[in-house]
Amino acid sequence: MIDVVGLHKSFNGQEVLKGVGFRVEKGEVFTVIGGSGQGKSVLLKHLLGLIKPDKGHVYVDGTDIAAVTGEELYKARDRFGYLFQGGALFDSMTIFDNVAFPLQEKTKMKAAEIKDRAEAELAKVGLSGMGHKFPAEVSGGMKKRAAFARVLVMNPEIVLFDEPTTGLDPVLVDSVHRLIVWGRENYGYTAVVVSHEIPEIFDISDRVGMLDGGVMLQVGTPGEIKGSDNPRVRRFVRGESEGAAQF
Amino acid sequence: MLSIFQRMGRAVLDALRGMGRMGTFFATSLYWTVKPPLKFGRVLRQISFIGSKSIPLIVLTGGFTGMILGLQVYYTLRKFGAEAYLGPAVALSLIRELGPVLSALMITGRAGSAIAAEIGIMRISEQVDALESMSLSPFRYLMTPNLIASLFSFPLLGAIFNVVGIYGGYIVGVRLLGLSSGTYFSGIQDFVEMGDVTDSLIKSACFGIIVFLVCCYQGYYTRHGAEGVSRATTTAVVMASTLILVWDYFLNSVMI
Repeated sequence: MIDVVGLHKSFNGQEVLKGVGFRVEKGEVFTVIGGSGQGKSVLLKHLLGLIKPDKGHVYVDGTDIAAVTGEELYKARDRFGYLFQGGALFDSMTIFDNVAFPLQEKTKMKAAEIKDRAEAELAKVGLSGMGHKFPAEVSGGMKKRAAFARVLVMNPEIVLFDEPTTGLDPVLVDSVHRLIVWGRENYGYTAVVVSHEIPEIFDISDRVGMLDGGVMLQVGTPGEIKGSDNPRVRRFVRGESEGAAQF
Repeated sequence: MLSIFQRMGRAVLDALRGMGRMGTFFATSLYWTVKPPLKFGRVLRQISFIGSKSIPLIVLTGGFTGMILGLQVYYTLRKFGAEAYLGPAVALSLIRELGPVLSALMITGRAGSAIAAEIGIMRISEQVDALESMSLSPFRYLMTPNLIASLFSFPLLGAIFNVVGIYGGYIVGVRLLGLSSGTYFSGIQDFVEMGDVTDSLIKSACFGIIVFLVCCYQGYYTRHGAEGVSRATTTAVVMASTLILVWDYFLNSVMI
């Protein structure tokens, strides 16, 4: 479904991605793990065309997201939903308006239908009766769930999760992971998740890829990654540092 | 030695890149302005923010500018025994120069800085990316409303500044210094031409475009968190204010 081929990207002369390549199959939960500053979020933004690569391709069912622009790019993005690290809710709108916004702007639904639909999505993520609040008035976990409702309301084929559990307590981390799986089962999307939550993330992933040093070091099932022979993968999964010099 | 040339070359390239990026930004804004559908609700909201909510500030500054002008010009004209020309002197100074420039500077301080900060915060909190991720153009939702609102609001606010300023001059010249009311207003009727008013409106519209372009551009390309927003806001106000004065000179050269 998604084919990433030889992706290169530099910022101010610093090469972040050095030929990243992997494939995501339809309907699977593919998780990208890796240390801080390894370019995981940058990689995710390439999948949606929010960042253009210096070299390489991102094929989504044959369409090269990296090569298309304008209306063609917008059409390709219609298949995606993106859950941003901080939720990226519009802070001048209420939670309800945030969820209703894509429906108002991208569909011809009537106001009453939009209201029903947005409220139903909020209920599914456990935010019934919270629609009148502004993003600044709710907790981090609620923001994530509201942002998830905004993603789900358009019923996307592919959902990209950018560190969806950052800053949440262990109980909320578990609830977000359950939401990802629940969404996959009920909406049938393909998920690409960028996460630091090890080992919890292995429980919900079909396959995992480790990004390190600008390349995809290893891709495999959670079991293969946990039992990896690669010392860098093994150290990362076990949470072992390479000594004070590395810190 | 080579490093000096390298630094100079890099500075020139950065400046050229910045100008190119700003040109592209403006062209993209224009494209989304003429491409339907127009977001009327957002345009009206921005007209209210840039225009209506600036009226008290414009009335206050316009009134006092006219009063100061009335006092100073009266003092100067009296030396030549030409106090009767106070009305046209105040009106022409305001309409041709002070009205468009001072009102634009005031709006830059009040609304331009807020626009740069708002878009900057939306950029660093990924709200701009969120629009993009929904296949919605940030230009349609953020830039176009500001461009249209600026084009409407700046000339109208400039006109309000002029009218209030002329009445400020009237209060000082007629009410306080004893000039006759008829002399003050008939002089304005005799010497102020329609071309002066048109030039004033054109100037204000040009300043509106400058303030939109600089403030939205700085906000849109904000980087590096809160410090970046602070830098973008300061740069937007300083750059827009400077460009208003520079552009005013060129417009005057053409219009006079």
